[in-house]
Amino acid sequence: MHVDPEILRLVAFLVGVIAFAALNAAYLVWLERKEAAHIQRRIGPKEVGPFGLLQPLVDGIKLMTKQLIVPAGVDPVLFKIAPILVMVPAIMSFVAIPFSDTLVARNLDLGLLVIFAFASVNVLGLLLGAWGSRNKYAVISAARVVSQNVAYEIPMLVTVVTLVMISGTMNLSEIVGLQMGGFWHWNILNLAASPLMPVAFLIFFVCMLAETNRAPFDMAEAESELVAGAFTEYSGMGFGVFFMGEYANIVIGASVATILFLGGWDCPFGLFPGVHWFLIKMYFLIFTVIWIRWTFPRTTFYGLLNLSWKILIPISFVNLILTSAMLKVF
Amino acid sequence: MGTQNIQPAIVQFAQLDKLLALGRANSLWPMTFGLACCAIEMMATGASRFDLARFGAEVFRPSPRQCDVMIVAGTISKKMAPAVETLYDQMPEPKWVIAMGNCAISGGPFVFEGQYGIVEGADKLFPVDVFIPGCPPRPEALIEGILELEEKVTGSRRWPRVEVG
Repeated sequence: MHVDPEILRLVAFLVGVIAFAALNAAYLVWLERKEAAHIQRRIGPKEVGPFGLLQPLVDGIKLMTKQLIVPAGVDPVLFKIAPILVMVPAIMSFVAIPFSDTLVARNLDLGLLVIFAFASVNVLGLLLGAWGSRNKYAVISAARVVSQNVAYEIPMLVTVVTLVMISGTMNLSEIVGLQMGGFWHWNILNLAASPLMPVAFLIFFVCMLAETNRAPFDMAEAESELVAGAFTEYSGMGFGVFFMGEYANIVIGASVATILFLGGWDCPFGLFPGVHWFLIKMYFLIFTVIWIRWTFPRTTFYGLLNLSWKILIPISFVNLILTSAMLKVF
Repeated sequence: MGTQNIQPAIVQFAQLDKLLALGRANSLWPMTFGLACCAIEMMATGASRFDLARFGAEVFRPSPRQCDVMIVAGTISKKMAPAVETLYDQMPEPKWVIAMGNCAISGGPFVFEGQYGIVEGADKLFPVDVFIPGCPPRPEALIEGILELEEKVTGSRRWPRVEVG
């Protein structure tokens, strides 16, 4: 019997992508709890399995067997579809991400565009869930999430446009290919293209934090103000899927930052490039995201919007104009 | 109401039930909810010296929809009682209640002839699984209470009981 290798490849990548997303979502929760504990001079989960490594499994069992409450008065369709709308686009974005020069599910010419198109569905899922659960805290949270995401998409996309101008392509594999050969070739240090590239990376990273609703910009789930924000009415796995979607989005954000600025799978010293370098850089960025969450207090909502509209957007536009001028002159 | 009245399943899966019980016992998420001074001891339990996180029970969820155990930490005044009952009703099954401190057990020092403002014990409002005596109980006592609840859920104790000499 002849089986088309393309179909086998498709199935292998489908299983691989879903497993990667789900495992990351589960074990990043463990990493977050351990890291939070050590930052606060605690030990963190240690009794459930060695180093508490079975904690995500146990939490998963608990969440899956918990009663799913659909409160009276909610919009049943929106309430049930919202967690899926957060999780599915996050998994689908993995399709376009090149982990190494051969390990990519689909080498799309417009990979960057695909990822940002899927990433913008995330906010829609949160909005629908919060609106559908007909809870005052959830609706306030939804309003905040939307204005926050609108404010931070702009500097993020302007920064990405800058990078696309430098690279001349939206194919993620080609963007990495242009940065091969050591850390002085990476876009973060590409000072010949624009002296503001390290700042551009900082803008991208801050916007990534805000887009994934992570502290210090976690306006969506501001526990001290809004109970649990958009997730207030979700119990059991409905909440679990939201939570996993959040971590999957962080993985996507860290991967995109690695590809665009940190040279993807390139080794900093020009030796043995490969998927391990991609993972090292990605997990370092994720570690930093968690580190920031547990060491910085939450900003006020006005501070959040002011940071975007008054600081990040002007700087990213300056960078855009500077880069285009440099590209034209040199 | 309460976990006591759930009918057992018609078809029994002993091993699977044990696995589910293990899962539930090791991920008891309490509610971010305190009524009086016992809540301060509850916060101390979550902090670095006593570290409730070791047992996977540090995830204090602010919304009752995501909680497994309600730690009634403090005096329940009659004015607060409806709110406490609402919180209990909003928690999804399976759910447990720990009554922490003498006030939550029986009204504590507030019980006297002619008192009009205090609910004399959380068990007047809803079924309670574990009682932790003390005024307020030490953080170690709360951890022992959580371990006791784990024993109630799984049927076996995590560590051998310490003999008081």
